[in-house]
Amino acid sequence: MRRVLAYGAAVLLAGWILVPIWFVVVGAFSTADSVYSYPLAAWPDWSLESMRFFVTSAGVPQALLSSVVVALLTGVLTLLLAAPAGYALARFVFPGASAYRLTVLATRAFPVVVLSIPLAVFFLQWGIYDTVWGVAFMHTALALPFVVLMVAGVFAGVPVDIEEAAQIFGCSRVGAFRRAVVPNAAPGLAAAGTFAVLLSYNEVFAASILTLQEPTLPVFVLTGLTQAPLPFRYAGALFLLAPAFLFILLIRKRLIGVGGPTLR
Amino acid sequence: MSVRRSLPYLLLVPSVAYLLIFFASPMVQAVGLAFTSTTGEWGLSSLSAMVSDDRFWPAVWTTVILLVVLLPIQLALALVMSMIVTGRLRGKGFWLYVFLLPLGVSELGAGILWYSIFVEQGWLNTVLQAVGIVDRPVLWLDYREPWRVIGTIVVAEAWRSTSLLVIILVGGLRAIPRDYLEAADVFHAGQWQRMRHVVLPMLRPTIRTALIVRVVLAFEVFATVIALGGTATDTLATQANRAYTEFQDAHLASAYGLVILVVSLVAVGIVLAALPTHKERGE
Repeated sequence: MRRVLAYGAAVLLAGWILVPIWFVVVGAFSTADSVYSYPLAAWPDWSLESMRFFVTSAGVPQALLSSVVVALLTGVLTLLLAAPAGYALARFVFPGASAYRLTVLATRAFPVVVLSIPLAVFFLQWGIYDTVWGVAFMHTALALPFVVLMVAGVFAGVPVDIEEAAQIFGCSRVGAFRRAVVPNAAPGLAAAGTFAVLLSYNEVFAASILTLQEPTLPVFVLTGLTQAPLPFRYAGALFLLAPAFLFILLIRKRLIGVGGPTLR
Repeated sequence: MSVRRSLPYLLLVPSVAYLLIFFASPMVQAVGLAFTSTTGEWGLSSLSAMVSDDRFWPAVWTTVILLVVLLPIQLALALVMSMIVTGRLRGKGFWLYVFLLPLGVSELGAGILWYSIFVEQGWLNTVLQAVGIVDRPVLWLDYREPWRVIGTIVVAEAWRSTSLLVIILVGGLRAIPRDYLEAADVFHAGQWQRMRHVVLPMLRPTIRTALIVRVVLAFEVFATVIALGGTATDTLATQANRAYTEFQDAHLASAYGLVILVVSLVAVGIVLAALPTHKERGE
């Protein structure tokens, strides 16, 4: 009886997540006539009309490209900055380690709204306002705290023994890191980078402050939202949702506990 | 200091330097911007311009009400989801995947998704009418009915941002030692007693973390509000965005940013006070 209840709850909650996603899939992959019909049909006239309309609209290809470039830059930059810090946290016991952890996490208590406006002012002075670099720098600052902790977890999961074994067999410290640690940590590092990529692709507030002529995809969709026809909106929403299906599948297990017990 | 001793600090340098440039310095600058006028004089003119705006107090209240209504709903949903994921059901990987999906969905994507449901000729009215609950479409997104619009934003945000609580709570649930649960079984504790006297107390620090993270993010609610409420519903973040993108006033926008910061810190303080750890209670 209790099992039935638990399965019932699971199915109900999964429906709560999945049914709305189905609605947006229907909206994005049906004819304009079906989108504007009422009542709506859960199985519409399928068509690529809306999607084609969206991707060929003026501005969309550039915005999509900007978004992808910004997201990739963010992923790479974040990993480059986070990997050394994560390694230090995982492998060394040193005074200040927990203060560092706490400070890094505390940065997330400061809202992105406060940060993005002064950064816009700085970026104007530095000449990187309205460029993919500016947005990527901002997104890196947002992703870094989470990714440092994820990466620390990844390195902590690679047994120190294999690193020592490599050194015994003649590797230098750096060589041992490269040959023994990196291959073992690679999947975890990739997951952490993916998290940064996803965060960047989805971020809209800072990107809307930091761009003007070169918006990212969410900013482009947001700016024209109130005038946009429904098929455009739904196709846009699908583009914003799509990466989640793949990326969450890849990193779901690594997400558990991010920022959780470590904050105690 | 020997190389060995200084190595960990050297490894921290890049991230610390980065956060100083892209985090600490804009933070200081934000305060400077908020306390200067557009002509650069120090003073409270930006702050007073913000407070005297007709839309300021409604934006404050909408933001706070959203949070107060949303948080308990989310916490309940997230607890049930986390129990399912850590429980004894089959297909745990699948449930985890589905429950975490919205974590990867952007605020705007979720906003448009729920717009397609709540719009007059949308999915909700289609279903309600098919079942016979209403005879004609209800205007869920009527700008003259702010409460209704706020309700739709709560639903959309509950759908979107509960996943974040799930990853934190699942981490906490997995950290509960099996012995405690087995001890509860030995003493024939029922499911409810086990929950009430073992799981929830052990989960307390995790719940606290989850609430803090959520509270801070809740004050930044932005794209969902625009997607569902258009320009008729304001929150602090939409006002800050408008101040910068429409009025090109970095000072006013920073003033809004500071308000968000202050209310976030107050809310975090409330969470900390409401859920003290055992240590803080002197146990």
